[in-house]
Amino acid sequence: MVPLTCYLLLSGILFVCGVLGFLIKRNIITIFMSIELMLNGVNLSFVAFAAHWHALSGQVFVFFVMVVAAAEAAVGLAIIIAVYRTRETLNVDRVNLLKL
Amino acid sequence: MLHLALFLFFGTICVAGAINLLVQRHPINSALSLVVVMASLAAEYLLLGAEFVAAVQVIVYAGAIMVLFVFVIMLLNAGEEERTQGSRVAILLGIPGVVIGTVLVAWVLLHRSSTGLVSIGGLRGDPKSIAGLLFKDFLLPFEVTSILILIAIMGAVVLASRPGAVARRHGEPTATETRELVSAGKER
Repeated sequence: MVPLTCYLLLSGILFVCGVLGFLIKRNIITIFMSIELMLNGVNLSFVAFAAHWHALSGQVFVFFVMVVAAAEAAVGLAIIIAVYRTRETLNVDRVNLLKL
Repeated sequence: MLHLALFLFFGTICVAGAINLLVQRHPINSALSLVVVMASLAAEYLLLGAEFVAAVQVIVYAGAIMVLFVFVIMLLNAGEEERTQGSRVAILLGIPGVVIGTVLVAWVLLHRSSTGLVSIGGLRGDPKSIAGLLFKDFLLPFEVTSILILIAIMGAVVLASRPGAVARRHGEPTATETRELVSAGKER
């Protein structure tokens, strides 16, 4: 038996790691990975609450979050490729102009 | 007892992978530590009894999405992250903000949340019951997500295709060709 709080703390730690990575990383691909980390942290709390309240809908919601994450990864990585083609850099500090 | 030991084991791996993602400078190392995080999260889902979610986590997240990431890293030949001077406001406000947020969330979780216990395999999420819920109660959201995926596929194809690949098909000069023509005209 594990308290629900432990699962929520783990999920919170993962989410905070994602936020920190989003803020301190300069590589656009790593920033994208931090977003995935945040989504994973939220998924863990969904599953933990589903087990706690004996409601299966929490696990169905994890499924939807995964679908949205997959769509986001596909579009986001396509945008990264398009940005790299025009700027030839992956550093977000160098992508600071809307127009070339 | 066994549940707690397994939870701590996989939780430690998970947090170590997340911190390693932040520490590593090369994006491919970050991607591989994210795979470790996702695999240990799948083990945590199995401990909670969510079999289907654990399988989908390994197949979709650790499989498909991470392959996409590694593919893009190799395609763009991404090297080590270069250090650039960020804004000072981000450091002055961001770090205390993150610390305050973490302490607040931890305090609320530790003091205000119900002290419920989660048993091992507390709720079995086998594919049959998930499918029953997904195709009866959540049928409309399910169809909406399928439309979302379709739009995402089209968007990814349009964005990642070479700029001007559509225009060339109609015999018009592409954006880069126009730029070259203009610069050639200036030289002349």
